[in-house]
Amino acid sequence: MEITHEALLKMFETMVTIRQFELRAFAEVGQRSLRGAIHLSVGQEAVPTGICAHLTDDDYLASTHRGHGHCIAKGVDVQGMMAEILQKSTGTNKGKGGSMHIADISKGMLGANGVVGSSVPLAVGAALAAKRRSTDQVAIAFFGDGAVNQGVVHESMNLAAIWKLPVIFACENNHYAESTPVEYATPIANIAERAKGYNMPGVVVDGMDAFAVYDAAGTAIGRARAGLGPTLLECKTYRYYGHAAFDNPKSYRSTEEEDEWKARDAIMKFRERVLEEGTLSQAEMDETEAKVTEQMDEAVRFSDESPAPGLSELLTDVYVDAPKGSLGRSSHLFT
Amino acid sequence: MTSKTTRMLSYRDAINEALQQEMERNPDITLMGEDIAGAAGRADQGFVDAWGGPFRTTQGLIQQFGEERVRDTPISEAAFIGTAIGAAAAGVRTVAELMYFDFIGVCFDQLLNNAAKMHYMYGGNVTLPFTLLTRIGAGVGSAAQHSETLYSLMAHIPGLKGVVPSDAYTAKGLLTAALRSNDPVIFFEHKLLYHEQCEVPEESYELPIGDARTMREGTDITLVGISKMTSVCLEAAELLAAEGINAEVVDLLSVFPIDYDHIIASIQKTHRMVVVDEDTPTCSVAADIAATVGEEAFDSLDAPIMRVQAPHTPVPYARDLELAYIPDAQRVVKTVREVFGS
Repeated sequence: MEITHEALLKMFETMVTIRQFELRAFAEVGQRSLRGAIHLSVGQEAVPTGICAHLTDDDYLASTHRGHGHCIAKGVDVQGMMAEILQKSTGTNKGKGGSMHIADISKGMLGANGVVGSSVPLAVGAALAAKRRSTDQVAIAFFGDGAVNQGVVHESMNLAAIWKLPVIFACENNHYAESTPVEYATPIANIAERAKGYNMPGVVVDGMDAFAVYDAAGTAIGRARAGLGPTLLECKTYRYYGHAAFDNPKSYRSTEEEDEWKARDAIMKFRERVLEEGTLSQAEMDETEAKVTEQMDEAVRFSDESPAPGLSELLTDVYVDAPKGSLGRSSHLFT
Repeated sequence: MTSKTTRMLSYRDAINEALQQEMERNPDITLMGEDIAGAAGRADQGFVDAWGGPFRTTQGLIQQFGEERVRDTPISEAAFIGTAIGAAAAGVRTVAELMYFDFIGVCFDQLLNNAAKMHYMYGGNVTLPFTLLTRIGAGVGSAAQHSETLYSLMAHIPGLKGVVPSDAYTAKGLLTAALRSNDPVIFFEHKLLYHEQCEVPEESYELPIGDARTMREGTDITLVGISKMTSVCLEAAELLAAEGINAEVVDLLSVFPIDYDHIIASIQKTHRMVVVDEDTPTCSVAADIAATVGEEAFDSLDAPIMRVQAPHTPVPYARDLELAYIPDAQRVVKTVREVFGS
């Protein structure tokens, strides 16, 4: 598929932003000794980048506990994301959600979700909403190899298939569910094969190659927009870091394996290819990287200057129409 | 204002009418569940609306609104309830039906971790115009997995609202309110009430979610009823009147939020309370009411708060056992006598 120069540069910027954001957020949280889980997707950047390059703000995305990349690729503001992770009231979720729950409905980002597989039917629902409105919107359900043995994921694929809903089941197979290798948990070589059971296309794609992801996603999203129903897109990829901060992945995988994947690093390979093809220049990419670094500095500065959530926020946003009488009844709060 | 025409209507027809009127008013509303129409996809063979819902509460809706808006689902509660929540998050008002509340186990995650929490954990970013219809109650010989009254499970979860209509009038008004709410609301239908009739306005009306109502004024003791148990309280009040005890009956109507203020106002008049709840007793709505009243209105009480509830057992099958399980007026009367020390 043809990619415009502008779109190509945007893809590069997205991948660089994901990587820089995650490493920076992780470092800033550590420096401030903040508590809270952060799941890094470093290594997997090509997947959300290649898929979301086809989307507009009107399309929907439901995400996972490892969701920063999905948010950034869908256009969620990095200042709000940084402030959220650094526990500030100016965060995307007013400091109530943190890394695992970033959401921005104005960008079609329905939320990151901390329960494995749980967000998949939400994307199916967003696709149903699109169908009900007779628009050409699509919804992306991101999930990992750890989610593919959850019943709700299968039920959701079945429902989307019988109702021909415009949803892409985007499986980021990073080969590990926490410390459990995919070949232990799943008895087939390609998760995409499971699509057969739901009579939908199942496509395996190299998730380290943003161009390959872009092409496969383009086909799947095109089908969905045309009313032809869902696709299961398995993107084979790798997370460079552990499941979360406490996890040393060396306890369950070899350095050789890690090095093999890192030798195919998505950003490095993208850079090599565009230089070879002459579609982006070294200067453009260097400039983009420098700009992204400035954005990260600015996001941290913005967060530092932002106030922490007021304690009264504890009781807000539980309901749109809060019941009469305090939600803090019998809690003897703030005394 | 037009005069309100009322007529006798059953609880089941009141539910059906609320759905029909709101779906007419709001073309967004999309309904989904198992056999809510029936014979799904067989319209070309002449089969439409074969069931109209397992209890016929959704009958006729597919014929009026079509299969885009009235969607029979496979038996996949986690998927279709999650789908309904996701569509609501994307701005389309949805209603899902969980055939029996006992089936909550297979889809609990969608309600606990998504419906209840999305508005809060996303900082108000996402709102959920979503209603879950489900049914509770023993008394029809359906045994342990089709009879429970476990609304207390859901009342415990911040972010959800739960209503427990006790008659056709409250069923229509509360369901209409649920279908206009921007918070997720669980609507608990009691299976033994479907045929019960009362006067119900023809036109649409809302009853505020979270308001209890007083069904019978009294001076000596407050009986709080929940769902079907409100009629048990009214029956007990008649029996007590013959013994010279003038009971006030409060119909809770909502298990979250609980209208503590209404209950406490009643106790300030009667100084005694018995809560009648078909749910099992441990960590129940009745237990919560007793605890909160004890905390906030201890000085108004002349006697210990008592509860009449199901025992802490699954629902049994054999008729005599099942009848013994469900609180009845005799048990309420006996408990009230204990409150009065006789």
